[in-house]
Amino acid sequence: MSAEKILSTDNITMRFGGLTAVSQLSLDIHSGEIIGLIGPNGAGKTTCFNMITGVYTPTKGRILFKGQDITGMRSNLITKEGIARTFQNIRLFQSMTVLENVMISKHVRLKANPLEAVLRLPRYTKARKENYEECMELLRQVGLDDVAHEMATSLPYGKQRRLEIARALATQPSLLLLDEPAAGMNPQESLDLMNFIKEIRDQFKLTILMIEHHMEVVMGICERITVLDYGVTIAQGNPAEIQNNQQVIEAYLGVVETNA
Amino acid sequence: MDNRKSIKTALTIAFLLVAVAALYWGDNNLSRFQLRILNLAAIFVILGASMNLVIGFSGMFSLGHAGFMCVGAYTAAILTMSPESKELIYYMEPIIPLLANVQWPVIPATLMAGVVAGIFGVLVGFPALRLRDDYLAIATLGFAEIIRIIVTNTISITNGALGLKNIPSEKSLLFYWGFGILTILVLKALINSSWGYAFKAIRDNEIAAEAMGISVFKHKMLSFSIGAFFAGIAGALMAYLITSIDPTMFRFLFTFQIVLIVVLGGMGSLTGSVIAGVVITIAMEWLRFVEQPMSLMGMDIPGIPGMRMVIFSLLLLIVVLFYRQGLMGTREFNWDWVLDKLGIAKSKEREVS
Repeated sequence: MSAEKILSTDNITMRFGGLTAVSQLSLDIHSGEIIGLIGPNGAGKTTCFNMITGVYTPTKGRILFKGQDITGMRSNLITKEGIARTFQNIRLFQSMTVLENVMISKHVRLKANPLEAVLRLPRYTKARKENYEECMELLRQVGLDDVAHEMATSLPYGKQRRLEIARALATQPSLLLLDEPAAGMNPQESLDLMNFIKEIRDQFKLTILMIEHHMEVVMGICERITVLDYGVTIAQGNPAEIQNNQQVIEAYLGVVETNA
Repeated sequence: MDNRKSIKTALTIAFLLVAVAALYWGDNNLSRFQLRILNLAAIFVILGASMNLVIGFSGMFSLGHAGFMCVGAYTAAILTMSPESKELIYYMEPIIPLLANVQWPVIPATLMAGVVAGIFGVLVGFPALRLRDDYLAIATLGFAEIIRIIVTNTISITNGALGLKNIPSEKSLLFYWGFGILTILVLKALINSSWGYAFKAIRDNEIAAEAMGISVFKHKMLSFSIGAFFAGIAGALMAYLITSIDPTMFRFLFTFQIVLIVVLGGMGSLTGSVIAGVVITIAMEWLRFVEQPMSLMGMDIPGIPGMRMVIFSLLLLIVVLFYRQGLMGTREFNWDWVLDKLGIAKSKEREVS
């Protein structure tokens, strides 16, 4: 890859008391890539996401996004810089419609103050109208425009996942972190999801880092994969290399007893 | 769509005109007692609605409303009292010279009361809003008591435990309900704006809201201080209604009366707070008979002061156990609903404001 480096983590380590959840993880992600982060349960994948998005501050190490040090920055500011994420357990705003969920992402870029909003002054109403158009367009692109005015929680599971991605896209990120986007999906739904992820990558010029357990999905779309086990990076490489890596197989299937 | 929008605007304006006419009629035709109850209802509507912004819409379990009300009441009282009566009342310790000769008109004093209470909201919110849920409730409850104790002890400003008397009185329905209606209009506009949605996003899921780029702390502060602002306004109105205030009025029990309105009306519904505010204020008066000595089925029951609160406590228990969403849940009254019922100018799209 000759493209520029968009995110790099420099030996980040996260300790909770005596437990080292992630140990010296170094990732380098280039613009336009789809990178997979895999590993058995409890390997520290989501912790890694939480460090990148500012939910946790790494105990050690630095995170650089587009050359800027974002270690320990607050989540909302990191989002503003251009990193968006989805959640492993869906976290939609349950009191809102699909459209309202997506429009929340526009709030931070709204160029008006609360007083203008209460009095419905032109600068506010104009910005809101633009946001509305943009969000409807986004919903059209991801195929949720027909349910725009439904309550978010009334959608079927697969569409809720899709909405989470749409909501993240509405923050206009350049790096998108997907935490198990295919969790709980049947084979057909995961296939659709794979195509969808590729589509949005090309359409929105994204770089994607994803955690996923469905191996068909990971091997199908990820260009490079990093494998974690108990917080330690045990392998990095392209899908073919990972599939044949002895350590990875052991981490997933257990160690073969040689003298049995 | 546009057709319907103009119908709705017309209806709102018509409603406001009718309301003003009704208030004007009331001012001239109702008895003093009735006026007093209705004015008190307006105050409770403001309190309920502003507390609902904090608890129901922003999901912050704050119990500091009585404290902010106290600040508002004292600010308004000190600003509107005449210099002569100040000289008369502050006999323990004279009032500080800075405030001795100020006498503001009522409306600016009321707004100032809101602003000062809002500033207290910021001061209290800054440390307290780092907490959430029950911890926030305890902390804000504590801060409200601290405010009360400060008021009791800064004698040269507040006249301490003796309280203030001879506050210029306001009796007109138009005055109290004018503030009430304005409060509702402002809160409704705020809640339906981008900021309102941000508050609700934080309530629904704080982590997701932050991941959407919303600065959680900043928005909590905003909501909390706006709530305090309106509590201050309500406090000022209370001062004009009763014309004498003292710190014990603003004990934390007062906050629970407001919580009662919020919960019974529905957390997250301004309409609910308005209805519950009016109904509970009136019921409070109407239920006075239970505190009179009476004979029930041959038994003589002596009058027990506070029996009314037992009834309200039971009501609160029943609502919390069996009817959690309260009267309105998170629904609001809107003209769409009325128009749909009447079958006029149907539209499918929901507006975004």
